[in-house]
Amino acid sequence: MDVKLRIKRFDPERDDKPHWQEYTVPAEPTDRVLDALLQIKGYQDGTLALRRSCAHGVCGSCAMRINHLNRLACKTLVKDVKQPIVIEPLKGLPVIKDLVVDMEPFFEKFRIVKPFLVNDETPPPTEWRQSIEERARFDDTTKCILCASCTTSCPSFWTNSEYLGPASLVQAHRFIFDTRDRAAAERLDILNAREGVWRCRTIFNCVEACPREINITKAIGQIKKALVYNRF
Amino acid sequence: MYHNYDAVVIGGGGAGLMSAIQLSPKGSTAVLSKLHPMRSHTGAAQGGIGAALGNLEEDLWEWHMFDTVKGGDYLVDQDAAEIMAQDAIEAVYDLEHWGLPFDRTADGKIAQRPFGGHTRDYGKGIVRRACYAADRTGHMILQTLYQRAIRNRVDFFDEFQVVDICIEGGACHGVVAYEIATGELHTFRAKAVIVATGGFGRMFRVTSNAYSFTGDGQAMVYRKGLPLEDMEFFQFHPTGIRKMGILITEAVRGEGGILVNGQGERFMERYSPNLLDLAPRDVVSRAIHKEVLAGRGIDGKEYVHLDASHLGRDVVATKLPDIQDFCRTYLGIDPAVDPIPVEPTAHYAMGGIPTDVDGQVLADETNRPVPGFYAAGECACVSVHGANRLGSNSLLELMVFGRRAGRHMAEHIVQTDFLELKTGPEERMREELDRLLAGTGSENAAGLRKELREVMMNKVGVLREQKTLDEAVEAVRELKDRYRNVGLQDKGRTFNMELLVALELGYLLDLAEVTALSAAARHESRGAHTREDYPDRDDENWLKHTLAFRTDGGVTLKYKPVNVSFFEPKPRTY
Ligand SMILES: Cc1cc2nc3c(=O)[nH]c(=O)nc-3n(C[C@H](O)[C@H](O)[C@H](O)COP(=O)(O)OP(=O)(O)OC[C@H]3O[C@@H](n4cnc5c(N)ncnc54)[C@H](O)[C@@H]3O)c2cc1C
Ligand code: SF4
Ligand code: FES
Repeated sequence: MDVKLRIKRFDPERDDKPHWQEYTVPAEPTDRVLDALLQIKGYQDGTLALRRSCAHGVCGSCAMRINHLNRLACKTLVKDVKQPIVIEPLKGLPVIKDLVVDMEPFFEKFRIVKPFLVNDETPPPTEWRQSIEERARFDDTTKCILCASCTTSCPSFWTNSEYLGPASLVQAHRFIFDTRDRAAAERLDILNAREGVWRCRTIFNCVEACPREINITKAIGQIKKALVYNRF
Repeated sequence: MYHNYDAVVIGGGGAGLMSAIQLSPKGSTAVLSKLHPMRSHTGAAQGGIGAALGNLEEDLWEWHMFDTVKGGDYLVDQDAAEIMAQDAIEAVYDLEHWGLPFDRTADGKIAQRPFGGHTRDYGKGIVRRACYAADRTGHMILQTLYQRAIRNRVDFFDEFQVVDICIEGGACHGVVAYEIATGELHTFRAKAVIVATGGFGRMFRVTSNAYSFTGDGQAMVYRKGLPLEDMEFFQFHPTGIRKMGILITEAVRGEGGILVNGQGERFMERYSPNLLDLAPRDVVSRAIHKEVLAGRGIDGKEYVHLDASHLGRDVVATKLPDIQDFCRTYLGIDPAVDPIPVEPTAHYAMGGIPTDVDGQVLADETNRPVPGFYAAGECACVSVHGANRLGSNSLLELMVFGRRAGRHMAEHIVQTDFLELKTGPEERMREELDRLLAGTGSENAAGLRKELREVMMNKVGVLREQKTLDEAVEAVRELKDRYRNVGLQDKGRTFNMELLVALELGYLLDLAEVTALSAAARHESRGAHTREDYPDRDDENWLKHTLAFRTDGGVTLKYKPVNVSFFEPKPRTY
């Protein structure tokens, strides 16, 4: 079959503002949208810029807006989306070229929440013990691939780019509820600040957008509860 | 632009990050990665990391070492295998102490599962040795290492693609990198450099490897006149999703899944009566090929079924959630109910840049090290995988040898000074890139790549013979000729991936030639290298490593001995 795509293009070396360009490429219905984009890039228009690597939804490279929703291009099949498939870069981050956005502001917020295990005690000669139940408490948030789909679909983030955003909250959650970590209080202080967790208005766009099906709103709810009751 | 660092790490995957974590407390350390480190392919690893912790049943590192040597069909350097099996235990505990969220046993220890070829008591039966975090172990390792590196304040240069390594006077002095966002060239002067750029499965049509797996490090090293070792040994993983190649981890069989042919038979009973579906990968991939050739594929076609439907919804949902997700997304099926259509998928390069057990790159068949120059991970060949890697041993190799290399580099940088670089090492690269950019030739890079992948899949695949291997060498050389005539549309400097993809195609072509030629020369069957015209292993003539050098006349092959200091080569049955 033929697939029609409508892609938002922007090349800072040539364009003052973005413009739309249409392409038609052959594809199987079960092909990924990424396959269609690479077909364009390989055979029709080598100037199209996008990021990709794993091609099966685990590296977080190819998040973009597909028919107005944040999706991974490699995890969205052509047959499941209406044509012409409208493709745009993620919203709320500066565009470098075409579908490539500058992720640095996103990763800067990621680093703010201390995304690493803090524990300066001498570790045991073998592993730290952790029960299956303790491990399960933060399982969901370990799945995050930092694709930025959630944060860039969040209206609170669109109106206030200082907001830490759902992805950083997910990362904070992953450590706050890990029995081995010792910096929960410190992280909760960070999240309690002005641009932290209280900016979340429970709009659920992030849950919709997350390709790893992380229940982000639930994780944020647990953080809010931990702040209110001072228990984690 | 110029930068000075004590150490430069090329690659932000498991091996690169591990070495950077060792280095950063000892000297200024820069990690240069063409992908943001979190996008590295280590994150795609699913099933587990091997270590004889013995958390669920008795296990010894000596058994692990033996399995590794036998699994590699005795082409493994046994001193390296000894170090790996022994250091594995500490490496896994380190990861746990840094926060890796392993699954847990009922008593709160790291959970372990069976993996192909891992046995108790020197082959008596399957042992649970692979430590895991659901079916995203690699993702968790990559996250944990990246987190640790951030904590250690490593300097990251994300989306910097290294395009040249500066080797002068027999030592390494730095690298040249291309900043993808701006098209600017940067020179990094360093006392020590480590290559940790991953594999090159992208030269095959069906592969589990990411688009970025184009063998950059191996090719750059080869172009410096340094050798590549055992390149004919490329692993085909038996269970890739049909046609797409997306990996279905061995853990599915570790949890009890079985392979079934078109007649509903559990055919591994015929090929490996002892280990069955958990035989090493070369054995299982060959078995699938033979079933297909005998017309016993599903509906007589080129694939078989991997059946996990008897494991129960709970096991599938909790232990194999990503596999379930892949099957739903790409096949529209649920592995808890339906069998998964699978075929062998090009997966892992056993060969690569020769190193010693401290990661030092070796320049020749006498094992002469290149001062200040290191390699680790899939791009390197120590060689712990020999002719066939066992599952869960790659993640392990990244940890053990990434760490050893990092430590050796840390010593090296305090003992040496910066070496003078000839002026303008970027000049040569600027010229090469400008030439590629200016290209108005009629050849299309995507088309050439497609042809290359067909040739390698069809002629240098699971089953090989002289005629098709020779044809492959010829075909690749023709493609190389045509490559000189590649034309690009994108002439810009901002995120010009067309340029970089063309550069990477050049790497793949070089490595494909070496792979096919090394395979054509090896007249025996060993591990993943199966010759229909030479069906047996031939220790008398071929118990040796291949070294391929680039010379004016093309490729020159030399050989060097294997370290067999512990286990004497024996016939390999499972
Ligand atoms: C789907 C899949 C599942 C797997 N599952 C397992 C498993 O369960 N257990 C196991 O033991 N092994 C497994 N493996 C194998 C293992 O994951 C890989 O061999 C290993 O992760 C490779 O790690 P690495 O650090 O060498 O390379 P990578 O993690 O790929 O890192 C390479 C790095 O180099 C960078 N790079 C490359 N070229 C350049 C350049 N020119 N300039 C700058 N940077 C560059 C990249 O950006 C990247 O950061 C699996 C492999 C695959 C494909
Ligand atoms: S939480 Fe989900 S959507 Fe957000 S960055 Fe992580 S994986 Fe992406
Ligand atoms: S390419 Fe890796 S997530 Fe899409």
